Amino acid sequence: MVEPNLTDESFDTAIMDETMATEVLGPEGGRPRPKQWRLYWRRLRKRPAALVGTVVFCFFLFLAVFGPWVAPYDYQKQDAKLRLDSPTVSHPFGTDQFGRDIFSRIVVGTRNIFLIGGLGTLIAVVIGTAVGLLAGYIGGMGDEVMMRLLDVLLSFPSLLLAMVLLAAAGPSSRNVVLVVALLYIPMVGRVVRSMVLDLKNKEFVEAARVRGEKRSYILFREILPNSLPPLLVEASMRFSYSIFLVASLGYLGLGVQPPSPDWGLQINEARNFFQIAPWVLLFPACVIAVLVIATSLMSDGLRQVMLPGGGRN
Amino acid sequence: MAIAIQGQVPSDGAAKAPRPVFEIEGLHIDYTTEFGVLHAARNVSLSVHEHESFGLVGESGSGKSTLAMGSIRYLASNGKVSDGSVRLNGVELLGLSPKQLRELWGSSIGVVYQSPLSALNPSIVIGKQLAEVARQHLGMDASAAKARVVEMLTKVAMPDPEAVMKRYPHQLSGGMLQRCVIAMALMTNPSLLVMDEPTTALDVTTQAVVLDLVAELKREFDSAILYITHDLGVVTKICDRVGVMYAGEFMEQAGLRELFSRPLHPYTLDLLGCVPRFDPTPEKRSLVTIPGAIPRVDELPPGCIFAPRCEFVQPACTEARPPLVEVAPEHHSACRRWPVVPVPSEYLREATEAVRASGSEARDVDILVEAKDTQVHFKAPRGVIRAVDGVDLKVAVGQTLGVVGESGSGKTTVARAIIGLTPATGGDITLRGKSLPRSTGKRPRSTLREIQMVFQNPDASLNPTRTVGDAIMRPLSLLAGVDHDEAKRRAQDLLRSVSLPVSYFDRLPHELSGGEKQRVAIARAFAAEPEFILCDEPISSLDVSVQGSLMNLLMQLQVEKHTSYLFISHDLSAVQHLADAIAVVYLGHVMEIGDATKVLAPPFHPYTEALLSAVPLPDPDVKQKPIRLGGSVPSAMYVPAGCRFHPRCPRFLGDLCANEEPPWREGEGDHRIYCHIPLDHLTHLQAETLVFGEGDSPGENA
Repeated sequence: MVEPNLTDESFDTAIMDETMATEVLGPEGGRPRPKQWRLYWRRLRKRPAALVGTVVFCFFLFLAVFGPWVAPYDYQKQDAKLRLDSPTVSHPFGTDQFGRDIFSRIVVGTRNIFLIGGLGTLIAVVIGTAVGLLAGYIGGMGDEVMMRLLDVLLSFPSLLLAMVLLAAAGPSSRNVVLVVALLYIPMVGRVVRSMVLDLKNKEFVEAARVRGEKRSYILFREILPNSLPPLLVEASMRFSYSIFLVASLGYLGLGVQPPSPDWGLQINEARNFFQIAPWVLLFPACVIAVLVIATSLMSDGLRQVMLPGGGRN
Repeated sequence: MAIAIQGQVPSDGAAKAPRPVFEIEGLHIDYTTEFGVLHAARNVSLSVHEHESFGLVGESGSGKSTLAMGSIRYLASNGKVSDGSVRLNGVELLGLSPKQLRELWGSSIGVVYQSPLSALNPSIVIGKQLAEVARQHLGMDASAAKARVVEMLTKVAMPDPEAVMKRYPHQLSGGMLQRCVIAMALMTNPSLLVMDEPTTALDVTTQAVVLDLVAELKREFDSAILYITHDLGVVTKICDRVGVMYAGEFMEQAGLRELFSRPLHPYTLDLLGCVPRFDPTPEKRSLVTIPGAIPRVDELPPGCIFAPRCEFVQPACTEARPPLVEVAPEHHSACRRWPVVPVPSEYLREATEAVRASGSEARDVDILVEAKDTQVHFKAPRGVIRAVDGVDLKVAVGQTLGVVGESGSGKTTVARAIIGLTPATGGDITLRGKSLPRSTGKRPRSTLREIQMVFQNPDASLNPTRTVGDAIMRPLSLLAGVDHDEAKRRAQDLLRSVSLPVSYFDRLPHELSGGEKQRVAIARAFAAEPEFILCDEPISSLDVSVQGSLMNLLMQLQVEKHTSYLFISHDLSAVQHLADAIAVVYLGHVMEIGDATKVLAPPFHPYTEALLSAVPLPDPDVKQKPIRLGGSVPSAMYVPAGCRFHPRCPRFLGDLCANEEPPWREGEGDHRIYCHIPLDHLTHLQAETLVFGEGDSPGENA
C-alpha cells in the first residue's frame, strides 16, 4: 500500500503562519491562550477539504450507529419480481440479484465496516502503543529485538499476509479484526517509539528522573500524554486504511460470510452481473471510495491541525 | 570661477556627511495571522550611510528582523509592507516587480543569516555555491567566477581558500561557514548588507573573530551595514549608530558612544542596566529590572508604548504617543520626558541594591559537593570520547561556582555527571564528604532531594501537558513527603517567591513566556528544599531583560535559602556577576579555578585570557587586547597530547607544551592555573588584556 503524500501548499503556509505569529507576538505569554480544542477548531475551519472529510465521516458514523433505523427496507428482504432492477425512486441504488434493496444493504453494512475496522485499529493502537513505549524507553537490545520483529511483520505485503492468515484461521469477523490489528501493530508501534525517542531525552523527563520517578510514572504520566496528538493522527490514518483492507478481504470472500451486507462482499457477489446491472457493483464501490477518501482527508486535517510543526511539538 | 566653486561645495559636503545609501521612511509592516492582522512595525524611519553600520537592537518581539527583512521586501507570505518608503541609492524598492527585486537581492543587497549551516546548501561544495553568485549577478564565466571566489575567501581571511572551495558545508566549522556566507554576501560588493544576528549561534571566541572581520570589511567595502542583534556587547564592537526598537517602533536612535554614555530614553537606560557590568567584586548587586513584559503588537497601550513599564511615567505619557524626535544633534528619542532621564552611572547605583555584602564566609565554610578527578568517557565506534577528563571541583555551602567554557568543553557533562544523569566513568563525587552512587537511579531519595537541576531550554523543561501547579507539587509530594493540601500551599508560596502570580497555578506551560517557564522550573527545583542546584545555562536562551531579572531571582533565593549553585554558562559576564568562584574548562579539563576576583584578574590562564578578550562587553570605553583563538575546540575523541590547549594557545611555548602535561601552578588562596608558564610571567604579559576606560572605577584590578 502506498502512503499518500501528505504535504501540500496549505500545510506549508500553516507552519509559516504559526512561526510568524510567535515571532511577531513575542514569547511573552502572561495570559491564558484559548483552550487547545478551540485552537484546533479554528484551524480546522480554514481547511475546507478536511472539513468536508470530517462531515462525510461523521455522516457515515451516524449510519453505522443508526443504520438499521435509517434504512428504508429490511436488508435481507428478497423480492423475486424486482431482481437487478435499475435505480428508481423507491430503490435509489437499484436492487441486486435477489431483489434486495442495495441502498438499505449499504446503509446497514456501514456498521459492519466500522466495527471490524474500528475494533481492529483500536487493538492495534493499544498493543502498538505498549510495544512502542517499551521499546523506545528501554532501548538497547530489547528495542532492537522488538523492532526487528515488527519489521518482519512489515516486510510482507499487508493484503497477502492477511489472506494467508485468514485462509489458515478461517474466515470470520473475529479473525478479520485480529488480522487488522496484527497488521497495524508495527506501524503504530513505530510512531509511538519515535515519539518516545524524541521525548525521553527532553528536559522535563530528565527532571523527573532527577527527582527519582519510577519508570512507569515517566512512561505513562510524562511521555504518553505528549504522544497523544501524533497517536490520534496515526490511528485515524490506520482506520482509513483498515476500511480499505476490510472491504478487500470481504471482496475476496475471506471476511464475513453471506448474507451479511458487507460492502466488499456485495461487490464480490455482484461482479457476475456487472455487465447487465452495473449499479449492483458501482454503488458499493463508490461508497467504499467515498468513505476511504473522507477518512483520509479527515486524518490529514487532523495532522495539520494537531501537529502544525510537521509532526513534532 | 563660480562654476568651479559650485562644483566643489557639494563634493566637500559629501565628504563630511557621507551620503545615505539606504533610507527607510515611515514604514509600516503588517502580518496576517490566525490571530488577525498584526502591525508588526509602525512608522519606522532610519538611514544608513556608506561605510557605516547601523545596529538594530531590541529584545525578541521588538520587530527588528521584521523591519530589516520587510524593508528589503523579503517577508513571509503573510507579511506585507502597508505604507512608507524604502530607498536604496535613491531607488524606491516598494514599487519594484518581483523580477527586479530578485536581481536587486543578489547584486545590491547581501544578507547574512543567523545560522550559516542552513544558509548554505548542504549537498553542494562551497566553491560552487559561491561561484554561482558571481556567475548569476556579475555575469562571469566559470574561471573568472572561480578566481573571484578565491579572492573573496582570501578577503574574509579564510585559510587555504582553494581547499575550502572543495569542501561541503558540514565539513567546516561554524565560524568558517559564517565567513563563507559573508564572502558570498559581499561577492557583488552590494550597497547594503543585512546581517541578522550573524554571530549569535557562534562561540564567544569565534564570534570575536567574525566581529573583527566584519569591522574590517566595513572599511574595505562600500556597503552600508544593517546589523540586527539583541546583544548590547556586540553592538559596541561594530556599530557606528544604534537604533533601539521596542514592540515595533524605535525608542531611540543615536551614535554608539552617545547612546551608551548618555541614553535619552528610559528603555535604553533600563536595557543597559539589565546587563551585568564586568566588575568582579565579592559584593553581589542586583541588576535593573523592567517590570512587566513587552506588549503584544495587537494590544498596545494608547500613549507611549513603554509607559506601562516606565519608571519616569507621568499621566501625560499615557495620553498621546510621542514621536521620535531629534532631541540632541544626531540623537533621536521617543520620550517626551527625555530631559529627566538620568546619567546611567547614577541611575544604576540607585536602581540596584546589594543582595549580599561579600563572600566573607568563603574561607572557612565546609565543602558541600566535591568532584574528584571525575571522568566521563563514552565508547564510540572509532575510539573513546573523553567528554570529561579528570575534573576537580568544589562547591562551598551557600556559594556559587561558575563554570565557563566554549561549547564542546564538557561543562554540561560535568554537571550531568554530578547529578547522575550521565553517570561518571571514573573519579568520585561526594556530597558532604560522602561518596555518591554514579547514576540517579541508584541514589536514595534523600540524596535526590538535596541535588536538583535547572535546565537550559525553558520550553522543554516543563511537561506541556501538566499544569504549573502540578509541576511544582510533584517534587513536594514525592521528595519532601508532604500531603496534597500542604503541597498545594507550599507550591503557591513558591510561585510567589519566584514572583509569579498564584493564578498561574492552573496554567499550562504554553500559556507562559520563556522567562516565566524558567521561573516555574526554578520553583520546581527549589520545591524539595535542596542544598545544591545545578543551573545549566538557565538564562542563555532568554532576552537580556529577562536574563537580568532571573539572575536577580537566583541571587535572592540563594541568600534566602542558603543554597549552593553550580552555574554553567558560556557568558563570562553572567558568570562573573553570579559566581563566588569560577572554573574555566576546556576540552574536558579545568584550566583555571579559584575565587572569581582572582580568576578574572591577571595572572590568567592563556585560555581565560582569550575568553576575556573575546567577550563583547556592553561598554564602548573598555579596551580589550585582541587575542583571538584560531580554529575550534577539537573533538573530545582526539585530545591533543601535552597541554590539551596547545594547538590553539596564543602563548604556545614549543615542545614543552606539546609534549608534557602542564603543572598546576598555585596562586593566591585556592587560585590554580594549569599552565607551563610561571604565574609572575603571565601577570607581566597580561597587564594590558582588559583595560577599563577612564569613566570606570579602577576597582577591577584590586
